[in-house]
Amino acid sequence: MSEGGLAAATAATPARAGPSPARGWRAWLVAAVALAVLPHVPGLDSDFGRSLLSQMGIAAVFALSYNMLFGQTGLLSFGHAVYFGLGGYAAIHAMRAINHGLAVPIALCPLAGAAGGLLFGLALGALTTRRAGTIFALISLGVGELVYAATFMLPGVFGGEEGITASRTKAPALLGLDFGSQLQVYYLIAFWALVAALAMYLFARTPAGRMCNAVRDNPERAEFVGYDPRRVRFIAFAAAGLFAGLAGGLHAINYEIVAADAVSAQRSGAVLLMTYMGGAGHFVGPVVGAAVLTWLQTSLSGYTSAWLLYVGVIFIIIVLYAPSGLVGLVLMHGEIAHTRGFRRVLASYAVALVPAVVMTAGAVVLIEMGYRLSTQRELGTLMKFGRVVVDAATATPWVAGALMLAGGYAASRWTWRRVAAAWEQASDEGKAMRAGATR
Amino acid sequence: MLELATISLINGVVYGLLLFMLTSGLTLIFSMMGVLNFAHASVFMLGAYLSFQLGRYVGFWPAIVIAPLACGLVGAAIERYGLRRVHSSGHVAEILFTFGLAYVIEELVTMIWGRNAVANDVPATIDFALFTVFGTTFPAYKGLMMAISVAMFVFLFLVLTRTRIGLIIRAALTHPRMVDALGHDVPGVFALVFAMGSALAGLAGVIGGFMLLTQPTLAHAVGPIVFVIVVLGGLGSLYGALVASMLIGILQTFAVAVDYSLADALRAMGVAIVRGSPLYEVASIKLATAAPVIPYLLLVLMLIVRPRGLFGTRDA
Amino acid sequence: MRAYRTVGLALACALGAGTAAADVRIAFIDPLSGGAASTGILAQKTHQFYIDAINAAGGLNGEKLELVSFDNKVNAQESLIQLKKALDDGARFVVQGNGSAVALALTDAVQKYNERNPGKEVVYLNYAAVDPALTNEKCSFWHFRFDADADMKMAAMTNVIAQDKKIQKVYLINQDYSFGKAVAAAANKMLAEKRPDIKIVGDELHPLQKVQDFSPYVAKIKASGADTVITGNWSNDMVLLIKAGKDAGLKVNWETYYGGSPGTVTAVREAGVGTLKQVSEWHKNALPELDATVASFDKRFPGVENEYAYWRAKTMWELFAAAAKKAQSNDPVKVARALEGMKMQTSLGEVEMRADNHQILQPLYVSTLERGQKYDAEGTGLGWKTDAKVDGKATSLPTSCKMERPK
Repeated sequence: MSEGGLAAATAATPARAGPSPARGWRAWLVAAVALAVLPHVPGLDSDFGRSLLSQMGIAAVFALSYNMLFGQTGLLSFGHAVYFGLGGYAAIHAMRAINHGLAVPIALCPLAGAAGGLLFGLALGALTTRRAGTIFALISLGVGELVYAATFMLPGVFGGEEGITASRTKAPALLGLDFGSQLQVYYLIAFWALVAALAMYLFARTPAGRMCNAVRDNPERAEFVGYDPRRVRFIAFAAAGLFAGLAGGLHAINYEIVAADAVSAQRSGAVLLMTYMGGAGHFVGPVVGAAVLTWLQTSLSGYTSAWLLYVGVIFIIIVLYAPSGLVGLVLMHGEIAHTRGFRRVLASYAVALVPAVVMTAGAVVLIEMGYRLSTQRELGTLMKFGRVVVDAATATPWVAGALMLAGGYAASRWTWRRVAAAWEQASDEGKAMRAGATR
Repeated sequence: MLELATISLINGVVYGLLLFMLTSGLTLIFSMMGVLNFAHASVFMLGAYLSFQLGRYVGFWPAIVIAPLACGLVGAAIERYGLRRVHSSGHVAEILFTFGLAYVIEELVTMIWGRNAVANDVPATIDFALFTVFGTTFPAYKGLMMAISVAMFVFLFLVLTRTRIGLIIRAALTHPRMVDALGHDVPGVFALVFAMGSALAGLAGVIGGFMLLTQPTLAHAVGPIVFVIVVLGGLGSLYGALVASMLIGILQTFAVAVDYSLADALRAMGVAIVRGSPLYEVASIKLATAAPVIPYLLLVLMLIVRPRGLFGTRDA
Repeated sequence: MRAYRTVGLALACALGAGTAAADVRIAFIDPLSGGAASTGILAQKTHQFYIDAINAAGGLNGEKLELVSFDNKVNAQESLIQLKKALDDGARFVVQGNGSAVALALTDAVQKYNERNPGKEVVYLNYAAVDPALTNEKCSFWHFRFDADADMKMAAMTNVIAQDKKIQKVYLINQDYSFGKAVAAAANKMLAEKRPDIKIVGDELHPLQKVQDFSPYVAKIKASGADTVITGNWSNDMVLLIKAGKDAGLKVNWETYYGGSPGTVTAVREAGVGTLKQVSEWHKNALPELDATVASFDKRFPGVENEYAYWRAKTMWELFAAAAKKAQSNDPVKVARALEGMKMQTSLGEVEMRADNHQILQPLYVSTLERGQKYDAEGTGLGWKTDAKVDGKATSLPTSCKMERPK
């Protein structure tokens, strides 16, 4: 497998010195304050909003742990949910023990999850990290399916189809908090998420973390420097397992149930999507990806049954055209932000937006009508797009949608060329500015 | 006992050949291009749906020719407009592309045919009993499936070993740059291989469609096992894929028939495991219940012990 | 799934703003994709049909009912995630039926939610999950079951089996989870009581909704020499099992809970005549004339995969409407109190919602697939014929439920 390809995709991981320590600490402080304030922002101050934030927090920790493998160490895993789920099971069993009298506050259960994730990360990592590349990917796939199938064979430990349930309120209260309300659960999750993110951030800056990057970029050279790539991968794997297990513990507290679904291939696939879409080359990438994908999964699925199709298409577009992810796309503009050409680039975006919107609208109309006819016939064939009512059983909306799609696409090709030209000009200017500045 | 063993053997062979039909195309693609094609099972599912739809218009026998061709075209399009673009970014990008494609194809299929299983029934022309063994009838469509599977093997074997294009394919397997330097159109060969692999998946889908249930989750149901077989058999080896398919097919079918567990075996040897002990649950798992785990266990063991598979000619 | 709201509302909802609604929101949490999609989708249409009827008649207590669907893929964990979504969305009633594993998780979650959110209680209407535990050791005030439980159905089935002296060897095959195990346990117990001479030659549990090819299991059944198979399989598992049996030429009596599952009769056709039996609360030939709502449903949703199957949904919504009327309120707690102990006359006989464990008592039919019936199944020309009918009261079984009621 071409390691270089992965390196290209994650090229922005700082090999240069990061921002000064003072700026770094400020960013974390801002994050902490934001997390504290978010559940009270109007629009998010309902149970639904806080639930959404909690889910995003769990997903963010999970995605960050995945990026320890993918972005940092270059290991593409299709079975990372195993550590998430096994950590979740560990945590839910701990919660059960607490329900039956163990005098430990529920707030510490994520640590049980982390311990479970670490344990299995060490045990399974010893077997699976001997190879990298495609073999590693295949092993992770196999292990994932193996563990998933095994959860049904041991109903005493994994609860079979019913899963294992526990209560987060039947526990010794901590500082008067009983974690019955979603708001309290959110703060617990936010706390652990911040702690975990900080830990993972610091890990990336330790020599171990740096060696992970080295092993990703050039394992042979890393070996010559004196580090065994297998050992480095193993360490990264165990650490990633630990934090995935922590996320699993948070999941156990949030839903009070853990079932085989927690180790499934779908969950492994979801975390891969999140991390890649957000941008594997930046620390914040997976967080952004987790937030966006969780939002899509929770909110978008309420408005259209085609939401997974949209997610898949967006993912493919990112793979083909924007491998550095959403965060990478945004940060890319940093290089041209101070040039005169920047304004021209923005103008070209505005022009390109129009046919792009038309094309997207056409596609959405066609897709939604298709889904309505094939999956929700009982709701009838009349559909509302904005203020326009159409009858999906007639030919007109289909023709209109197809025309919008085709026309928008054709126009987009032309406008996109202008965008590319504006970009080229701006980035040349940017390079010249930087070259001039260092003289 | 003999009855159960014979029927299980027949069922195992049938299942194994069905698996081979599924994986023959992927063997080609994976071995040839090193692309972990997650969309392979999706093209299989597409073949099932297409043959269902075409079958309603033109009948089963024309559909069995048209559907694979359509899938081949789809494969060529995927390669030309998708894979080729990410080829330069390395294997990771290729894998991720096919990964996303699997989701998209599944949703497109839902959009067109709905979430319910479609009534993809066994065509009337092959819905009869071929022969009877120990009172159990063997349906004709299973016989057709076996014939097509064997034909696929023969076809691929002949193409790879007896034709010029096969020679080029095998050379590009191990020395792609040299083949390119010799003046062969390696990207063109890639496209051809991908199209051929997809067409084979489509053909498997035509038959598999009415053997299994044709619904949007079909790809998900058969996807993982396909990779197991390709890896077990060995990369670059058609023969390995056949052997691995048969091995898994027969092992799993026989495993279902065995109602004994490790605890039973130990008891026969005089060792008894106490009911309350933590080992009891693991040891009392019947082999029949453990059957779904067997392929993945074999996969993991193989990858650790011998990553190039049973008959592999190259390491991934 | 209710798919479309306008873009403006979409944005507001996306930001999490609660949507104030005068409607009574009813959440439907069941599989809408995957192996059990056929039954989930059909149930969804049935519930929507009866809710539309209630709304057309003016709604309940001046409010309209709104059904909002959530796909749980027969997954206990996913169901709880969807439940959270539904509750955040303002649902006060939850409807579910496919999968007892899900039902057990939902009962537990609803109980916890109601304890933690007094004043926002939710009631869970279970129309098909029949693990006996839900109205025995795991019973809850907030759960109401509108289908006979696995033990009650087995009692009716074994009564008929006991009469048939030709049945000597029985093979049990079920799905490996709480319900399947309950069926197996009930079969073992009741056959031993009623016909100790019957030999149980196999007791198989297979993974739920995962087996694609049942031929190995059919081979085992053949090898055991069984003349009768008892199975609680539903949805894909039922269809694929019977299909494999037909392909292999297996000649047994099929005593099923869900032989009427969409697709089963189509899969077995002639091979099932005289041998495919089911125990259910209704079948198309239970009454001399087809019920008006059934005919209306089949007209609104044509097609074999939409063939009416959920009579218990009719009973459920009729009881629900009556309870809301009696309570003169749509508040879940008041409706629940009114629903307890409610009796009603239906065209099939009297039904009663037991107050002690919230289990419905309704007539049960044991029927066989035969030729020449007035109404056929799935357009095959074959229809169900009643072998025996058990009155609602006679289906009652003792309960171990110790229900905690709210003050």
